[in-house]
Amino acid sequence: MKPHIVKSLAVAWLLAATMLTGAGAARADEQYFPLQSYRVGPYAADGSGFFGGFIDYMNLINIRDGGVNGVKLTWNECETEYEVERGVECYERQKTQGKPGPAAWNPLSVGIAYAMIDKITQDKVPLITIDHGRTDSTDGAVFTYVYPLVLNPYSETSAIINYIASRAGGFDKLKGTKLVVVYHGSPYGRETIPIYNLLARRFGFSVTQIEVPHPGNEQEAQWLEVRRIKPAWVVLRGWGVMTPVAIKTAKKTGFPVDHIIGNIWSNSEEDVTPAGTAGKGYLAITTHPAGTDFPVLQAVIKTVYGAGKGNVADQKRIGSVIYNLGIVNGILNVEAVRIAQEKYGHKALTGEQVNWGFDHLVLDDKRIAALGAAGLVEPIHVSCSDHEGGGSIKIQQWDGSKWVIKTDWIAADRKALWPIIEKSANEYAKENHITPRDCSKASS
Amino acid sequence: MIYRQAGFLTADYRTERRWVPHAVDRWALTAFLAFAALAVPVIGNDYLFGAILLPFLALSLAAIGLNILTGYAGQLSLGTTAFMAVGAYAAYNLNLRIPGLPLLASIVLAGIIAALFGILFGLPSLRLKGFYLAVSTLAAQFFVEWALNKIGWFSNNNSSGVITAPPMAILGIAVDSPARKYLLSLGIVAVLTLVAIRLTRSQTGRNWIAIRDREVAAASLGVPVFRVKLVAFAISSFYCGIAGVLWAFTYLGTVEPDGFNLSRSFEVLFIIILGGLGSIRGCFLGAAVMVVFPLLLSRFANAFFATALDPGIQEDIENILFGSLIVLFLVKQPLGLVRLWDQFKRRLETWPLSE
Repeated sequence: MKPHIVKSLAVAWLLAATMLTGAGAARADEQYFPLQSYRVGPYAADGSGFFGGFIDYMNLINIRDGGVNGVKLTWNECETEYEVERGVECYERQKTQGKPGPAAWNPLSVGIAYAMIDKITQDKVPLITIDHGRTDSTDGAVFTYVYPLVLNPYSETSAIINYIASRAGGFDKLKGTKLVVVYHGSPYGRETIPIYNLLARRFGFSVTQIEVPHPGNEQEAQWLEVRRIKPAWVVLRGWGVMTPVAIKTAKKTGFPVDHIIGNIWSNSEEDVTPAGTAGKGYLAITTHPAGTDFPVLQAVIKTVYGAGKGNVADQKRIGSVIYNLGIVNGILNVEAVRIAQEKYGHKALTGEQVNWGFDHLVLDDKRIAALGAAGLVEPIHVSCSDHEGGGSIKIQQWDGSKWVIKTDWIAADRKALWPIIEKSANEYAKENHITPRDCSKASS
Repeated sequence: MIYRQAGFLTADYRTERRWVPHAVDRWALTAFLAFAALAVPVIGNDYLFGAILLPFLALSLAAIGLNILTGYAGQLSLGTTAFMAVGAYAAYNLNLRIPGLPLLASIVLAGIIAALFGILFGLPSLRLKGFYLAVSTLAAQFFVEWALNKIGWFSNNNSSGVITAPPMAILGIAVDSPARKYLLSLGIVAVLTLVAIRLTRSQTGRNWIAIRDREVAAASLGVPVFRVKLVAFAISSFYCGIAGVLWAFTYLGTVEPDGFNLSRSFEVLFIIILGGLGSIRGCFLGAAVMVVFPLLLSRFANAFFATALDPGIQEDIENILFGSLIVLFLVKQPLGLVRLWDQFKRRLETWPLSE
């Protein structure tokens, strides 16, 4: 080896050492949100839409209001490609940044969320899994710092079954009905397997659950199986590129798309547009409608994009379902900070203080209207014992160019789900030697 | 001058077969291990442990496992992560279902279960060679992923198929902080590495090399080919199984069957090719590059291009760069990093007296 190689190796080593130890910058009185985003890979369309909406909303708060009560919001992104290992690396990289540390984590990945639960519980920083996540984390007595806000996977399932029953004309009509669930081969996709089996036993319908291996570019075999079973309904629990491929393959194999119900992660423009005309008539559930008519979206377009600070490159995507979910997520995070500030003062808060805000996150119609989000956000009532706070969906249908809302709010049967959730949470508590907190004594 | 091997003479077999033959190397290794065990836990931070050292140690151990099978015994395998998965899920179930079982015992047992599994999937190696064997080890990969997904018992009926590492303790000392998890990993990896070095120099190791270099010749010399191959599969799977436990318990703290997919098997294979086939040191060098290099690239890009580029495009460029650099390196140095290391050592012997 020649001397100059040795020298350049030494320089590279020094450079490497400084870069691996260098920390990010955030000034005092800034509330820091670490974003474990993904803009590459099979789920890039969802990641860029969701985090685009989230960032745009935080920008709106900064530009229009000068922050939350004067506390500016700050963030940076770390690419995960939806992979657990990369998500963990991002967590380790970002958790020491900001002052006084991260306000809340929003990884938008069930796998990464699972891997973080232990760590964030030790750090006492909330972990938000809006519309997804680990179902039993709804039990806030055991999972103090985890929030499957708005709609957990079991509520999603129960609400879909309620919709199918209403279409059939009552729960007694479900007997003998055939249902197929086509799900994504990931922790997210598998989360609802037991609850579908349980509801099938309870209501007497038959259910077949078919896995599509990640990422789901090829589904011929699965849909031929669907055709063989001839179900009355197919529930599509897709994700990323899997959803448009499923819709196209369904069309090709002759299953009527208006009898496919897309779940909460198969419900955006990004999911149906690539399927072209095959998607016309496709049904999907949603917790928040698409569109840009809401005052808050108008404000984003005017203030953020007007100032040239918009995050989404293709402005046609503003107002898509996944983008609007990013906005909703932004609203919930910001409001949690605001609520916590009322208790701890108008300054940058620690993760544990923000967690108090999430634990007491209550938004009624009046507050939602004041935020310019009437019709966009469902009233939410999070408490110490209930970390979901919502649990209702609407059904929308794709008419070939836009989503049309077909129903009013359909509520999940949360009373029936609660014992299952509580049992699973208590098992987790036992396995991990956690003493559930006493929610009757939680500070109000 | 500084580093010299001259004057090293052996008078008997015992000295020649020492774990580390040269005194200088022995000193350097002892000093390095002491540094890793005593100084690093004090000066390191959570990021160093959680994002760099823990995955590095687990992947190094998996690479040693694969290198024993592929680099030493010459049996190409694509089932590395299947054996890792068996180890991880076995350790999880042992801890869950046998109360009071010490952690280290459960890790060793998990390794043994993985080894038995390895023997089972090593059986085709009697008839199949080269790429055909690689294809048959793919069966292990798909079978394990399928079984762990389909049979709820393995994940204690967790609805997502995800297992969560139990709270760990050794002799009453809780292994809860990243630094302690690092020490646990380091201890296990260090012991197993020394055993591996010893093994490769023993009769077993020589048998592996004989089979790798020419199977017919080895058989005619009286090497029991089939048994030696199965031993290679067993020991390799044992190492991979324990690497899987470290991956799930100390690094991620949770794991799903898809976390042990085919692309991770390829990653381990790339590590041993990059590091050097048939070399234990190469496993560590290869794993270090695989773990640290992408992080450096991403840090570098964030530091200099964070505002200039769209984050998605930046990520794509990083991936392209990483791939091309590996290709470039292997074109320039097909024998791997360990060869580079040897050249460096040879240079140290003469430095600074000659060019």
